[in-house]
Amino acid sequence: MRGLQILIDGFAISSLYGLGAVGFTLMFGVCGVLNLAHGGIMLIAALFGWWVAADYGAGPYGGAVVGILAGLLASYVTYVVVVRPIQRSRAIPRSEEEIFLLTGTLLWGIMIQVGMDYLFSNNPVTMQPLMPGVIDLFGVRTPTNELLIAAVCWVAIGLLWLLVNHTRIGKQLLAASINPRGLTLLGFELSSIYLVVWTIYGLLAGLAGVLLASFFGVSSDNAGNLTASAFTIVILGGLGSVPGSLLAAYVVGYAETLTAYLIAPTLRPIPALLILVLVLYVRPRGLLGRR
Amino acid sequence: MSLLRRRGLWLALLLVMVGCSAPGWMGAYYLGVFTTAYYFSVFAMSWDLLFGFAGEVNFGPTFMIGVGAYAAGLMNNAGYSIPLCLIGGAAAAVVGGMALAMPALRLRGPYFGLVTLVAVLLLLDCIVIFASVTGGEIGMMVPDVLSVSAEVNYWYAFGFLLVSAVILYGLSRSSLGLILQATGQDRIGAAALGFNVTKHKLAAFCVSALFSGLAGGMLTFYGGIASVDTVVSLSITVQIVIAVVFGGRRTILGGILGSIFLILFDELLRPIGQLNTFVVSGIALAVILFFPDGALGWLLRPRDDA
Repeated sequence: MRGLQILIDGFAISSLYGLGAVGFTLMFGVCGVLNLAHGGIMLIAALFGWWVAADYGAGPYGGAVVGILAGLLASYVTYVVVVRPIQRSRAIPRSEEEIFLLTGTLLWGIMIQVGMDYLFSNNPVTMQPLMPGVIDLFGVRTPTNELLIAAVCWVAIGLLWLLVNHTRIGKQLLAASINPRGLTLLGFELSSIYLVVWTIYGLLAGLAGVLLASFFGVSSDNAGNLTASAFTIVILGGLGSVPGSLLAAYVVGYAETLTAYLIAPTLRPIPALLILVLVLYVRPRGLLGRR
Repeated sequence: MSLLRRRGLWLALLLVMVGCSAPGWMGAYYLGVFTTAYYFSVFAMSWDLLFGFAGEVNFGPTFMIGVGAYAAGLMNNAGYSIPLCLIGGAAAAVVGGMALAMPALRLRGPYFGLVTLVAVLLLLDCIVIFASVTGGEIGMMVPDVLSVSAEVNYWYAFGFLLVSAVILYGLSRSSLGLILQATGQDRIGAAALGFNVTKHKLAAFCVSALFSGLAGGMLTFYGGIASVDTVVSLSITVQIVIAVVFGGRRTILGGILGSIFLILFDELLRPIGQLNTFVVSGIALAVILFFPDGALGWLLRPRDDA
């Protein structure tokens, strides 16, 4: 019984982690940007969604839509205000671009966190469930919302897979991740491809943020931890590899759930971190990493 | 080149003189503010040695600072005198830094950054789990303090800052600094020239850990407490990053300017409450975007084109 519960809870949590991490890994794979403001963008989506849903009576679905749009907008602002100026700056040497992107997005993430703290305080908020009620699943009472969230995550990930593998724009994204210069030579505008990536990224991060608010609840204090979790999952899976990130999301999700249920809830984050350190020492490019 | 050196020298001398005369005209409160800023400067300078020179984004400076601070605090609670505790804390920080660096330096770029970040998270968890020894989230009181007088504390911090600045700056201008800079820019090129890249990075890590741990220990005995918020929290890391970037990376001394700016601004902006972090981060971001060389880099840049 307990085993089944761990299986179900772990599945839902892992799916959500996977959704939170795919955008992050896609961004790195195609644009070469590690966005340390990732947690901040999820936070914006979650808090605006909650705010509209609760204070304006938009209901959970209206809130979710507004939240996703807020995430998209935050993603565009991140690109235009922080990332693009760094990429285009003449004063920053190419070899140091990565360091600047890391510090720039880190600072931007702090600004988002503090700004959200100012607007919404740091009290944890929980969005009302998208679908209330409980379902009896093989004898385990599971909130319908939990199952719905897992399903939505997989639908979103599936759509992403379709987009990348079966559309023209997806082929361009793949090509950009493999050889950006080659793509430019074939006459494609790299900056418009980047814009597409930031759009997809914003939608994914926004959705993940909204679902997170509905599942666990969020507070502005979480931004750093959210970024750290996504970072952990993505590195564990191998930078830029979407299947790797999904695999890693399940490793981390189940490691955390098992610890929380079987050992102690307070030790929850530790095993995942230890696994990460071990894997990186044995296989520095992560589980399914190419580089 | 001689112009550059002279201008930097004058600036440094001027700052040292201002710093020496500060207890004469500054109130006890602001002496305290500057004392904190000086310890912070050492954090920033040690971080710059890795970030600016070796090109490694180390998200774990607070791992070494925290290990130093807590080791010193624990020894003090066990009855050792302050100088012994400081040495013990620094040694613990170096050992901790080595334990982190040996395997972590096999990794590159973001992977290295993440492992150092994870080290901090694990240290945070350990401190909370062993709360009976470490005081958990509240912090660990230490029985001894350096001094109760603001002026004496100021001199301790100022002296410590001067010694660290001279050593770190000297190192950065030595062949070690040059080789680190070369590895930071082109690792394979530096290795092809016959330099043992890993050995030099390890040396840089050791020096960085030594000063971080020492400063962490001094800060503990200045405040009488080692706590997560003052020496381990990730927000300290962010502040170190801001200080170095603002002051100018790869300058070592820029970290001092950056730290003083950061801590003074924190005081001046206190009236606007929690938004001050927003403003300070915003300024640092603007500095990254428009003056990537930072304040000192901008002041000291060769003005051939002007």
